[in-house]
Amino acid sequence: MGKTLFDKVWDAHVVDSVQNGPQILYIDKHLIHEVTSPQAFNELEARGIPVFRSNQIVATADHNTPTINQDLPIKDELSRKQLEQLSANCAKNDITLYELGHKYNGIVHVMAPELGITQPGMTMVCGDSHTSTHGAFGTIAFGIGTSQVAQVFASQCLLLTKPKSLRVTVNGKLKNGVLPKDVILYIISKLGTNSGTGYFCEYAGDVFENMSMEGRMTVCNMSIEMGARGGMIAPDETTFEYVKGREFAPKGEAFEKKVSYWKTLPTDDDAVFDKEYYFDAEDIEPMVTYGTNPGMGIKISETIPVDDNASFKKSLEYMNFEAGESLIDKPINFVFIGSCTNSRIEDFRVAANFIKGKQKAHNVTAWLVPGSKQVEAQIINEGLKDIFEDAGFELRQPGCSACLAMNDDKIPQGEYCVSTSNRNFEGRQGQGSRTILASPLVAAATAVAGKIVDVTKDIETLELA
Amino acid sequence: MEKFTTLTSRAIPLTIENIDTDQIIPARFLKATDKQGFGDNVFRDWRFDKHGNINKDFSLNNPTYSGSILVAGDNFGCGSSREHAAWALVGYGFKVIVSSFFADIFKGNALNNGLLPVQVSEGFLKTLLDTIETHPETKLEVNLENQTISISNSDVSESFDIDPYKKTCMINGYDDIDYLLSKKEQIEAFEAEKTY
Repeated sequence: MGKTLFDKVWDAHVVDSVQNGPQILYIDKHLIHEVTSPQAFNELEARGIPVFRSNQIVATADHNTPTINQDLPIKDELSRKQLEQLSANCAKNDITLYELGHKYNGIVHVMAPELGITQPGMTMVCGDSHTSTHGAFGTIAFGIGTSQVAQVFASQCLLLTKPKSLRVTVNGKLKNGVLPKDVILYIISKLGTNSGTGYFCEYAGDVFENMSMEGRMTVCNMSIEMGARGGMIAPDETTFEYVKGREFAPKGEAFEKKVSYWKTLPTDDDAVFDKEYYFDAEDIEPMVTYGTNPGMGIKISETIPVDDNASFKKSLEYMNFEAGESLIDKPINFVFIGSCTNSRIEDFRVAANFIKGKQKAHNVTAWLVPGSKQVEAQIINEGLKDIFEDAGFELRQPGCSACLAMNDDKIPQGEYCVSTSNRNFEGRQGQGSRTILASPLVAAATAVAGKIVDVTKDIETLELA
Repeated sequence: MEKFTTLTSRAIPLTIENIDTDQIIPARFLKATDKQGFGDNVFRDWRFDKHGNINKDFSLNNPTYSGSILVAGDNFGCGSSREHAAWALVGYGFKVIVSSFFADIFKGNALNNGLLPVQVSEGFLKTLLDTIETHPETKLEVNLENQTISISNSDVSESFDIDPYKKTCMINGYDDIDYLLSKKEQIEAFEAEKTY
């Protein structure tokens, strides 16, 4: 029987197996940030264990950083201390750190791919559930807890039971205005938030084959929102072209050698998956969520379903929505374009194309937060910043920002935010905030209209990147 | 890590489904650089309103209920990988979480902190929740060696699954670092010979 992409990468990284137990999986790259690493460093220090392979660890500051005045000292004492501790831990253990203000600083899942740290066929981990993003390169990448961060520090390995395999195939042509974010929100709305638990997911079909690397990252990023530890897409010419020439990518002959290996990774025709789902691209429309988990999503033209389940009702009550109603024309005061899901240059190009020549509605506070310093520089160089500012949008500095609202970028109590991030949990964007997940296009259109609008109605006139 | 063998305790019901780790410990409490104090803020925004007043309707605040076992709705611990969620539950005093389904990362984090996730059938979960709500003094017995969870003084019982390796770790208080460090030579040999 043939092997899946996941099998091939996994099997190449198994050091040993515990009898009747987990396997020891070797980890190629370990990404760390300020929030989930300090306790792991403490653990090692308390036990007198050195960091085993510091050259395979890369650190950035992203979760708890301000998105304005990054050149000034951080006001919040706890946040400042957390960042100082990251710097001290990295210095002490000889770990490369792209700290606040560094030209390579950014959200961990944006900066690592753009620097060529992420490469096909690798195993990668980070103390962050959206590490699944890197699966877009045909990489086994997944989020881990802090105890596991300590394990990787100590041994460059993890003890894991091999997950089951799941494949989601989407074929056909996406309608104009339907973005990668809509594809993954659609899949999660169909499968639910725990359908992938215990599985690693592969996305296949021409929709993903025709997608840019940025789009593939958006899709794989949200694998965890259906419970899957990770999601992968087979590496192809689009992948190789993206990786080629990046800072830490192999160069010249070494690159060509890698490419011939990467070409052997796609799933064999006769491989069998534990679970398979098929969807038709034509059925996908721009999506919005109406509840408090990412599975509670509808096409923008649909109405909120009716369900008697107590948790479902609690969720609608929190959102102050009624079962059976449409979200079209709901007034919205906050819009956030950013997060490891949608803060890459392509996302800002889509937003700028829509916004160009229009004005932000007066009632809307709109934050545009690039995923990295490099994306920020691209936004400026391509003239997008001028488009945004002319339209009344605020371009802020890179970081996780209002996706999890650890810093000051919080949505006020009771307010709705149309957000390109990945989670609409209660209070996720600030205590009492109400999140509606959407694509950068829907977010931009909301900011201009001051309310949710059906972008499909405008589809003939849309010019997208 | 603390050892776990058996536990007999009253339990607190939490009938909500899809409880994510943002509810267990909101992001604004993740600024600490040690593992202490998270218990004070477990389920913070369900236990307190925005002014810091106690929400009396929430089961953790209901004096009728007590104990170190939390019995929660389906798909517990979904969302963020923050291990702070496990530290918060342990810090508050929980030793066992019962649900009909656990998210992967949370389950691993719990096991790495001596907090036992007990996955039961949907029917058994409903029986437990109904029993605790009608008879809050009911005690539950969790036996890791036998892999059973029972209602004390009754014949209501169910067995649960746990990875045999993790079971050994929990019973003996071992953690994965000890094991991985014992394999250092093999790991170095793998690095020297890896083919990709």
